[in-house]
Parts: sequence; C-alpha cells; structure tokens
Amino acid sequence: MAATTDAARPFTEATDAAPPSGGRTRWGLPKIAGFGLLILLTVLYLAPLLWMLVTSFKSVNEATRWPLQWLPDQWLTRSYDTILRPGSATPVLRWFANSMVSATAHALLVVATAAPAAYALARMDFPGKRLVFGLIIGTLFIPPIIFLAPNYVIVDSFGWINTLWVVIVPGAAGAFGVFFLRQFFLGLPPEIEEAAYVDGANRFQVFMRIVLPLSKPALATLLTLSYLANWNDFLWPFYVLFTPEALTLPPGLGRLQGQFNIDYPVIMAGAVVASIPVLAIFVFAQRYIIEGVARSGIKG
Amino acid sequence: MAVSQAPPAPPGAAVADATTGGTRTARSGSSGLVPYLFLAPYLVLFSVFVLAPAVYGLWISLHRWDFLLPVKPFVGLQNYLNLLTRETAVGNSFWESMGATGKFSLFSVPLLLVIPLLVAMVLNKKFPARTFFRAVFFAPYVLGVAVIGLLWRFLLDPNTGLLNYLFGLVGLPDDIPWTTALPWAWVALVAATVWWTLGFNTVIYLAGLQEIPADLYEAADVDGANPWQKFRFVTLPQLQRVLLFVTTVTVLSSANMFGQSLLITQGAPGTQTRTAIMLIAQEGLGSFRMGNATAMSFVLALFLSLTSLLIFGFFRRLGED
Repeated sequence: MAATTDAARPFTEATDAAPPSGGRTRWGLPKIAGFGLLILLTVLYLAPLLWMLVTSFKSVNEATRWPLQWLPDQWLTRSYDTILRPGSATPVLRWFANSMVSATAHALLVVATAAPAAYALARMDFPGKRLVFGLIIGTLFIPPIIFLAPNYVIVDSFGWINTLWVVIVPGAAGAFGVFFLRQFFLGLPPEIEEAAYVDGANRFQVFMRIVLPLSKPALATLLTLSYLANWNDFLWPFYVLFTPEALTLPPGLGRLQGQFNIDYPVIMAGAVVASIPVLAIFVFAQRYIIEGVARSGIKG
Repeated sequence: MAVSQAPPAPPGAAVADATTGGTRTARSGSSGLVPYLFLAPYLVLFSVFVLAPAVYGLWISLHRWDFLLPVKPFVGLQNYLNLLTRETAVGNSFWESMGATGKFSLFSVPLLLVIPLLVAMVLNKKFPARTFFRAVFFAPYVLGVAVIGLLWRFLLDPNTGLLNYLFGLVGLPDDIPWTTALPWAWVALVAATVWWTLGFNTVIYLAGLQEIPADLYEAADVDGANPWQKFRFVTLPQLQRVLLFVTTVTVLSSANMFGQSLLITQGAPGTQTRTAIMLIAQEGLGSFRMGNATAMSFVLALFLSLTSLLIFGFFRRLGED
C-alpha cells in the first residue's frame, strides 16, 4: 500500500522530503553537468518531432534535396490534402477514429471483466479457486507469440477478421489486469466491506458501491495501461485488418509508408496527424499516464 | 456492447447470497454461485483466447497446417525436427531470425538498463522543470512504434536523412547506409528503440528511487561514504525489485521486437535484421504456413522462458550477497 500511495505522487513527495534549503536549488558541478545532460536529451527528443512537423509542409523535392533544405519555400498543405481528403486510399482520420474506438472499448472491456474476477479471487472462497488462479497466473509467463496463429484461426471462425472486434476483444483475455487488481483488492482493509455485510448488503452491492469506488486509482491505472497497449499494438492489427476503412493507426501508418515510399512529406503528415491528438491528451494527462506506468513497476 | 455483459446479473447474485444466509460468515464462507458469476465474463474471454489457443497451437504445430488448404496432414514432430537443423530452408531462416533477435537484445538491453537509470538519478535531484523533462522523454512511448518507425526511417534515410546530413556537418562520413547494411542497421534499430523506450524505463526507475528512504543516505553520509559507495551500497540494493522488473520487461520486449525492423529496415540487408517474431508472423499470418509458425513460436517461447528463469536466478543470487 505504501508503495502505491508514494508512487501516485512522486514529485510532490520528493520535493517535500528534500532538506529545507529555502526551496532553492543548489547548483554544484554535478548538478550543472546533470542539467546539461537533460538539456541535451531534450534537444534529441524535440528536434526529430519538430523535423517531422516541418517536413510535412514541404514539397517532395524540398524534402529529398541534398544538401538539406531546412525550411520549405512555401508551407504547402498538399500532404494533408492527400491523406485527409474524403475518399483517400489512406484515410488517416478514419484510422484515428478506429484506434480511438478500439482502445476505448478494449480498455473498458479489460476493466469490466478483470475487476469482478479479481474480486472473486481476492475475497471469496469457492471450489476450484486454486485451479483458476493457478491457470490465470501461469499464463502471465507464457510469451504471447504462441497465441498468434491459433487465435487467427479462432477469430476467423467468428467472422471477426477485418472488423474492429478483432482488435478489441482477444487482447482483453490477458491475465495482467486480473493479477494487478487482485493485488490491489487484497490491500484494501476488509473491515469496511464487513461492516456493509452486517448492514445487510449483498456481495454485488458491496462490490459495486464500496470496493469499486475505493479502487478508483487502480482502475484508472489499468484503464490507462490497457488503452496505451491497445493504441500502440502493431503486429496483430497489421495482419488481421486489411481494407483501408478497417485499419487502426499503427498498421495504417505502415500502409502509408508502403504506398508513398519516399514521399516523406505525406508520410510525415500521417505521423503528425497520428501524433498531435495523442500528444495533446498526454500533455493534460501526463502525470496520470506516467504515474500509472511507474506504479505498474513498483507493484510488479 | 461488449461491456454490458460485465456486471453479473444482480438479482441472481442477490438470491444466491441470500440462500447461503446473509450472516456474517457469508463473507469468508462458500457462497454458492456468486464467485462463479463474478468470474464468468473474464473466464469466457480467458478460455476462448488464452486456454483454447494454447492447446490448439500445440495441435496445429503437429500438422502441415496451411490455413488456406482443406487438407492438413498430421506430421507428428516433423515441424520441430525441421527447426533443429539449419539444413532445411525453414530451419535456416528460423535460426537466422533467432540470431537477429539475440543480437538486437544483446545490444539494446544494456543500454536500456543503464541510460535510463542515469537519467532517473539526475531527475531524482532537485531541478527546475523536472516534470517537463520527464514528460519530454516519455512522450515517444505514447506515440507508439508506428510513428517512431516512420520518423526514424526518414531521419536515417542514407541519401537524404537528417542524421547523415548532421554527420557531414561535423566532418563525419555523410553516406552511412543506416537502413541497408550491417552493422549500421543494428545501430539504427537499437538507437531508434532506445530513443523510443528510454522514458518508459526512466519513469519506473524514478519511482523506485523515490521509494528509497532518505535516512539511508544520511546514514551513509555519517559513515563517510563517497557517491559511488552510496550508489553501490544504498541505491542498487534498494532498487533490486525495480531492477528485476525493468530487466525482465526490457529483455522480453527486446525479444518481441517487430515494428522497428518492419518499418525501418524491412529486415534488410537481405533478411539479416528480420527478428524471430517477424519471421513467425510472416510465416503464420502472411504465408499461412501455421504448422511451421506455431512450432517456431513454441521453440521461441521455450527460449524466452529460460531467459526469464536466468534473470530471476541472477537476481536471487544478487539478493543473497
């Protein structure tokens, strides 16, 4: 528990704990070197993203000129017209919408199925419990690559190939969510739930009205991690989605590269369209996303 | 929608609970059907997409299983035997791809363990704009492998790429074939991967560093420890669990590398940077030779499990010291 609460606010925690030197940073030589490293890294991280943005406004000639031409003569929107116009063979906006729907539905499905299962495993006794728990935990250690081909045959038999179902549902069967939430539920003080039973509540009511509200941070972490994992999934959608309207962003961008080859402005425009909304969400939710990841490490 | 199946039917649950008695003992005692109702939605998914394919995959691997052909003859262990030797075409490609995965992991894992730890230790000091730095380094991870692959393919373009241009500006060779020749292709893939996932490991390290009680460092100061000794005898032992986690996750994700090779080098030169995962996907879902692909995936899985065991063993021995 202590680990969880600390991880939830790493910076405030550390800042508060720092020696009371008047709240001012003390600049010794190591600190200056460290700061220099951070600045250098920041340039290494921002420059490529900026280059991607600038390139998307160039003509093909300007983007492939040698020596390099830093800025376009004219800031053209040709690349964006190519991928955003209705009826485009590479409908990036459509892919974006597909990715949003897929990641949202997937994350909700993970939480909605993992939470009750994890609660049963954390708080209830029933015949077969050890077997079920053993099976679920055992699969945590199986490399997912072995599911690839057989799952293709299975989803094909459902008629799910080339539909969004195929990227939403199968991935939600992973054991991580159950394992993660079970650990969290075990850490909750049981007295609150017991008091509710004394008051005549049933298990379902206790779960919905007491346990879930108490577990908001863990649920949010699991939602975030599942959302990101689904958003970034590349291999599976690359092979199970193929018509232009059905693709999600990652395989779509792969298609874009295949189709436009060295028309880098169009390829970069696709990457920009794919990046901007995610980066915008990230700017607002970054604490939350990052702390979700950090927490997964400390709990794991 | 799919989500609506999640909450088990409340009336049923209530009834089941009532029948076992709404007494205090109900909480810890057996409660009839209720636990199974809570488990059911997940267990349906788990059975269909984890248990079934695990068994089914083993079955497929014992056949010459072409997804598109109606006849899938039983061949026993032949698919595995073909993999044991480099004499067969499939065995040759397989071990080449296993070598590629191995090399990539060998080059990228140490960098991804050390550099993020360094960055995290810098970020763990009091700094202006720490949250900003942390967010910047983490951002590529949110963008995903597809954006990163496209971007780096462009930056590394041997003829018109920014990287070669900058190399030329500072007097280095400006015609390095980053995406088409060895060893450059490995350098490129490792660099792009480190750039992409450095922030992820940094964030986990940072959280671990902030768990270390400050009085341990104060005690070390009292004992007159120098910075290296503080790192060696306070930081590292305290980080052991986090190190185990980061190592395992990094090794496994390196071994699962796919997108970078597909988008940046397309496996070039030849098929030398085609990873095992990429080969298995191409063989199974591209060419539909699923018997071969599943056999390969079980061999790869065996290797990965052994690797995980080695990592656990290594950290356990560290813990005993």
